[in-house]
Amino acid sequence: MIRLLLPPAALALLAVWPMMVSDYGLGLLIGAATYVTLASAWALFSGQTHYVSLATVAFYGTGAYAVAVLNEALPYPAVLLCAALAGAAMALAVGLSTLRLRGVYFVIFSFGLAELVRQLITWYEVNVTGTLGRYIFLDVTARGIYWQMLALGAATIALTAWINRSRLGMALRVIGDDEEVAAHSGINLARTKLAAFVLSAVILTLAGAITSPRYVYVEPSIVFNPTVSFLTVIMALLGGANRLWGPALGAVPLFLAFEWLSAHFPDTYPVLLGLLFIGVVFLVPQGILPAAERLMRRRAGA
Amino acid sequence: MSFLEIIGAEKRFGGLRAVDGVSFALERGEIAGLLGPNGSGKTTLINLISGALPMSAGEIRLGGRRISGLGRDRIARAGVARTFQLVRILPSLSLRENVMIPAVFGRRAHWGREAERVAAGALDLVGLSARASASAGDLTYIDQKRLELARALAAEPELLLLDEWLAGLNPTELAEGVALIRRLQGEGLAILMVEHILDAVRALCPRVVVMNSGRLIADEATAAALSDPKVIAAYLGEEADA
Repeated sequence: MIRLLLPPAALALLAVWPMMVSDYGLGLLIGAATYVTLASAWALFSGQTHYVSLATVAFYGTGAYAVAVLNEALPYPAVLLCAALAGAAMALAVGLSTLRLRGVYFVIFSFGLAELVRQLITWYEVNVTGTLGRYIFLDVTARGIYWQMLALGAATIALTAWINRSRLGMALRVIGDDEEVAAHSGINLARTKLAAFVLSAVILTLAGAITSPRYVYVEPSIVFNPTVSFLTVIMALLGGANRLWGPALGAVPLFLAFEWLSAHFPDTYPVLLGLLFIGVVFLVPQGILPAAERLMRRRAGA
Repeated sequence: MSFLEIIGAEKRFGGLRAVDGVSFALERGEIAGLLGPNGSGKTTLINLISGALPMSAGEIRLGGRRISGLGRDRIARAGVARTFQLVRILPSLSLRENVMIPAVFGRRAHWGREAERVAAGALDLVGLSARASASAGDLTYIDQKRLELARALAAEPELLLLDEWLAGLNPTELAEGVALIRRLQGEGLAILMVEHILDAVRALCPRVVVMNSGRLIADEATAAALSDPKVIAAYLGEEADA
């Protein structure tokens, strides 16, 4: 009963939180909600399959750019729809051609993809439209952005919970453990991976679209910043990428830590980021939640 | 028309013909040994039948339907299950979860309680039902082999491909393993088994097919094959493992 009531109650509480904070506080809430969404959406595909994707910002940036290009031409819901479709189309094209790659090759490819998209858009803007930056003037309040992101994040976690109990979730787990066994057991590898990759990509794209009005001024180097991809990965890993609440658990403290670090140590911030990366991988390679579970089991067993 | 028909199967790796024009057939419920010295192409042939490798030429049919050229998953759903020469279990999952995978994604596509029932039945067959909730990573090598067979059976296959499943068992376990395979065949499963333990082959298989350097050199009754000069010559210079 409590398990059933807790998530809606917590969601309601999170929804009224902006009423009680300053503009700066609201900014933090939006940032935290964004990274919870990104990390959870990333884990939807990568957490179970162990295909570590560094393409997060390729989709996130595409979402932001879709809004930048279309915000004056179309009503807002239609803009979001176009962003989602663009993300899905990109994920389909990329997924079909690359989900055969394993391990480090996929990591490198996904990183390259983000750079490629950034360079393509830069080239297009400079040579075809003759602009480098664009402005987003949308009639969306900061609270409105927060609520949309909160809804997207909640929907992502709910979707993940549903997938985890479905055939798709089981297929993803088996693929993550051993693709040979998965295929010989009757699992369609390509279709399974593609389905999860596209779902994940659509959410990442929507997150970029929803948060884009916060930038006001958008150019490729801003919205295709690779740090977003790295942060997303490390947040999900810290919390536990194959646990439902793991990515959210990792995202909130790390986001706050990064905010604080980048404000107080603007020059050495990337170095500290790197150290944190190494620390997480060394100390809790499985993530906090799985480590805690193991500890509890050992206690119970002792 | 036979149940499994292998017609001119060929697999080239560069200049090497690992499987070179192999043809034979297997009936429903028949068990046959697949023999040959190391490197003769037995595992490659198993990989061709199960779709792990694409064929270079030839055709494989199951129940009259062409399965060569299909993906591994579709061949599995057509009713072909296999074990691996090097055991492949999923150590992070429980025994029950390991075995549920083909029950869920295999031919019958069970879900929920029905999948659990099929998985429990398969674990029971190999004598592992008492440990269904244990983690597969905690099993001994022999029990991992048992689990892998249970997983193949949970697919409810019509053709079972065993790649040296009996290798590494001690005499007691070997006797149990032989009895288990005999029981499976008695239930109507067609079985093709790669095996070096000739005593087990004699006990289980009335018929063997023998490969050497990718070619089929014998397809006959087991006793005849094992005294066939061609077969003996193929094994010479190579330590017979039995």
